[in-house]
Amino acid sequence: MPDRHRETKSKYTLDRGIPGAFEGETITRRRLINLWANGAGAVATAAFTLPALGFAIAPIFKRQEWTWQAIGTPADFTETTYATKVITITPGIGEAGNSITYVRKRNPAIDTEPEDQYNHWVALSSRCMHLGCPVRYVSAAERFICPCHGGVYDFRGMVAGGPPVRPLDRFYTRLNDGLVEIGPRYSVNSELQRFSPRFPGEPIDGIGQFLYPAQFDTAKKP
Amino acid sequence: MPRIPAPPLPKVLQPRPKRPGENDNGATHPLPIDAGITAVDWVDERMQLSSGLRWLLWRKVPRGVNWPYTLGSATLFAFLNQAVTGVFLAMYYRPDAASGAYESIRNINDNVFLGQFVHGMHKWGASVMIILIFLHMGRVFFYGAYKYPREITWVIGVVLLILTLAMGFSGYLLPFDQRSYWATVVGVNINAGGPFIGPFLSNFLLGGADFGATTLSRFYAIHMLLIPGLMAALIGAHLYLITKLGIAAPPWIKPHVAEDGDHAVVEAEV
Repeated sequence: MPDRHRETKSKYTLDRGIPGAFEGETITRRRLINLWANGAGAVATAAFTLPALGFAIAPIFKRQEWTWQAIGTPADFTETTYATKVITITPGIGEAGNSITYVRKRNPAIDTEPEDQYNHWVALSSRCMHLGCPVRYVSAAERFICPCHGGVYDFRGMVAGGPPVRPLDRFYTRLNDGLVEIGPRYSVNSELQRFSPRFPGEPIDGIGQFLYPAQFDTAKKP
Repeated sequence: MPRIPAPPLPKVLQPRPKRPGENDNGATHPLPIDAGITAVDWVDERMQLSSGLRWLLWRKVPRGVNWPYTLGSATLFAFLNQAVTGVFLAMYYRPDAASGAYESIRNINDNVFLGQFVHGMHKWGASVMIILIFLHMGRVFFYGAYKYPREITWVIGVVLLILTLAMGFSGYLLPFDQRSYWATVVGVNINAGGPFIGPFLSNFLLGGADFGATTLSRFYAIHMLLIPGLMAALIGAHLYLITKLGIAAPPWIKPHVAEDGDHAVVEAEV
């Protein structure tokens, strides 16, 4: 029996005269049991922590449905002023899930962005692009005005003054069965190029589109 | 067996010492107060709590402590007020975004006995707690009490401050009126302004891209379970460090050299 207190060169527990996990093993029984006990504890903790965490952050990754809702007939909308329409952003929670959108017919004389199947009607979100308060359309001034911090947008929804960082968000629109339908929201930069929907307060000109990346839950275009 | 010390009774209540030659029979009949001491002793022998309690409460404090030193305890009582009133508000509150939440708050305010009072205690107590926590922080800062060896106490206190502000933010939505709703929309969008991580954090807070069906219940769970649990644990650590390290003397108290000149004694019993 070698002296237990003297440092020994051999890494084999048999040579050192202490019990090994197995005959001739390098790992001692005590260390093996420690590893097993701590490992079992880690597995048990992870078994309830990881699913719970995934459960909590799942909405970030859940892709939303692309839905259309009818808001009226083509005769309801003119080129010169906005019609106010209430749409449902989140179903099932009553008024808290509703939002207002301002809709007019596209006017090629002022709407310089390229026309496609989704913008025969211009539908602006009422959400201010500073911090998300609801803007209202003042027809006498032909401006959108935000009550919270004084954001002002012109007739096309471009920033005319105040703190907003980008033009008003828009909704996809289309004509289906003789009804004007409204689709998901999208964001635009100062040249009215389309981007996936961003939160208010996030500029998407230049470096902004990389600082505030597209979200995983953006609805996929059909 | 160590006995806890007898309570400091005034003279008139203490048992009269026996006169010489008096009958000893009285000694075999314990006083009624002894029954309580015996019961406490029985528990304490098994749980050994009294030494911890003595360690926590009967400790030396430096000379010169003054009223600003009570601001930490005041903040603690504000937290306890929020915890107690919050638990009982939860008995009547319904985190239902489809009109149930607002109606339940109206029920608390209009119908429930003392409902408006308990709701008011919670609402105004929140502001009181924020004010007290800043005053406490100012006291610690201007007295230099955050310096060695109390840096970790300070860091835990700063985390508690942040968690308290998060409590204020998450609790603001729960009445679910117009002010709550739009304040939360604005707050979440401010949060989204942080580059890279901000939008994802806001998405997590809302439980989706927009204010949705689970946003309210999410805020409710964060407000009444997640953050309070964290805060209770951190307050425990904060109090442990205060007791372990002792209270810092006011900066104008000079170290007092002991009579024997052996070493400087900063602390003196009050």
